[in-house]
Amino acid sequence: MSFIDRLDAIDRRWIFLMMACAVAIPIIVIGLTGARFPEVPGPTSTATFETIEALPEGAKVLFSFDFDPASAGELQPMANAFMRHLGQKKAKVYCQTLWASATPLIEETLKKCLLTQSPDLVYGVDYVNLGYQAGNEGVMKVISTDYKQSFPTDAKGTRTTAIPMMEGIENTSSFDLIMVVSAGYPGSKEWVQYVVSPTLGKGKPIQLVAGVTGVSAPQLVPYFPTQMQGMLAAIKGAAEYEYMVNEVIKAANPGKPLPPAYMEAQRRMAPQLFGHLLMVGLIIVGNTIFFVKRRQSRSGSAMKAAA
Amino acid sequence: MSRQLAIIVTLVAGVLMVVSGFIKPTQGWGEDAAEWFNILAAMAFVLGAANLAKVHLSKISSRDAGWGFSAVTLLAFAVTLAVGLFKVGVNPMPAFPDVPMSGGKDAEGSAFWWVYTYVLSSITATMFSLLAFYVASAAFRAFRAKNTEATLLLVAAFIVLLGRTFAGVVLTGWIPADSDWAFLRFENLSTTIFEVFASAGNRAIIIGIALGVAATSLKIILGIDRSYMGSGD
Repeated sequence: MSFIDRLDAIDRRWIFLMMACAVAIPIIVIGLTGARFPEVPGPTSTATFETIEALPEGAKVLFSFDFDPASAGELQPMANAFMRHLGQKKAKVYCQTLWASATPLIEETLKKCLLTQSPDLVYGVDYVNLGYQAGNEGVMKVISTDYKQSFPTDAKGTRTTAIPMMEGIENTSSFDLIMVVSAGYPGSKEWVQYVVSPTLGKGKPIQLVAGVTGVSAPQLVPYFPTQMQGMLAAIKGAAEYEYMVNEVIKAANPGKPLPPAYMEAQRRMAPQLFGHLLMVGLIIVGNTIFFVKRRQSRSGSAMKAAA
Repeated sequence: MSRQLAIIVTLVAGVLMVVSGFIKPTQGWGEDAAEWFNILAAMAFVLGAANLAKVHLSKISSRDAGWGFSAVTLLAFAVTLAVGLFKVGVNPMPAFPDVPMSGGKDAEGSAFWWVYTYVLSSITATMFSLLAFYVASAAFRAFRAKNTEATLLLVAAFIVLLGRTFAGVVLTGWIPADSDWAFLRFENLSTTIFEVFASAGNRAIIIGIALGVAATSLKIILGIDRSYMGSGD
């Protein structure tokens, strides 16, 4: 059996082990050293940052957590960076979700990102958790005309009419910005189709920025920048945006070091780099085997024909 | 009779939604229909739970292959439902310290929170993470430049894989960012693939889907397509 044949028949568990090492070793090294790669923000991440940065103090922002724990590894760093940026901008944050399993993620993000940064914020005045509502795009259609009809209470059961910051919230047009972090259906695409698109060409089109998984990003690119003012694509987008937000936080708190939690997206770029390099290496090796075997097979056939 | 009723309800709701989008005085009717949809969607959870129980109980009673997994599914379902409904381990809200279980069912420390954090989150994250291993194996065995289309796909994958990491910056960082050749930097090539090729392809797909949805919706509203009722019609 030649080397090429042995390589072709390699047990896939070796590939699994290589992938485990490619991801685990950088995580350990980065955890020990705190090192990270420099980020050069791309156009969609920069547009996201600038849209949020342009919000005035006290702007009303609807933040929809449309993902679940399965995709939290990719999307939670975006949600965290979004929340820190909103805290920095002193925005009024209205959290909701259309995914049943996302409600605890909202509480966790509020606690870890918004309240850690600004402990003086008051529930119902500066931020609110409106919880989950069933109905997918049906909910989007209803909140486009009457927000409180779909969300009559918050996550704690308090009537939305009794929550001070809900005063003046009629529908989705009442918000200065909608932020969506989404992993699939219903997600950013539905928000664009059912909430943003009907307002285009009217007096005040709704502004929307989204954070999405890598697999759904290509489907959403056509909506940028007309229907969607910004988009964070996968952990790379999260890292670029997080870098920009951290620069703002550092400028606001000179001399104060940033805790490691503020760099979780950037820290994930190292395992991503080595995972990608391994994939590229595997593709090259796989194709080398393919071409060598094809040449062997062709020369074998030619020899048989000659004989 | 029940099938005819379902077709009539579909016809009325469908026409209402279309009309409400074009005629302003009927806009409120469309909003009401959307609200009915939300109520039905909430009720679908109950039906979904009943269906889950029916399917898995039937598997267990007939000792089908993998019936043990069905038993685990039902047990997990029952435990999660019970700890959520009965608010097991829920502490009082700080505002109402004298009212037992006044906190949220998923508040930190409750049994539901524990199940969510230490069971659901871990299991689903593990399932998602396994993709990396299977994709790596598939990249080695299946991603071959067999023809022109596959080669183009391969080249695009290479550029995106490298352009989305620091490797792209290292490999093509020597090209000045302000030069005429800056578009050849991996990060810029990756952006071009997203904004031009992927965007163009996806626009075509989106338009195709929209036309397909319109045609299918019309068939459902007019009662030509009745497959949504779950029979062989």
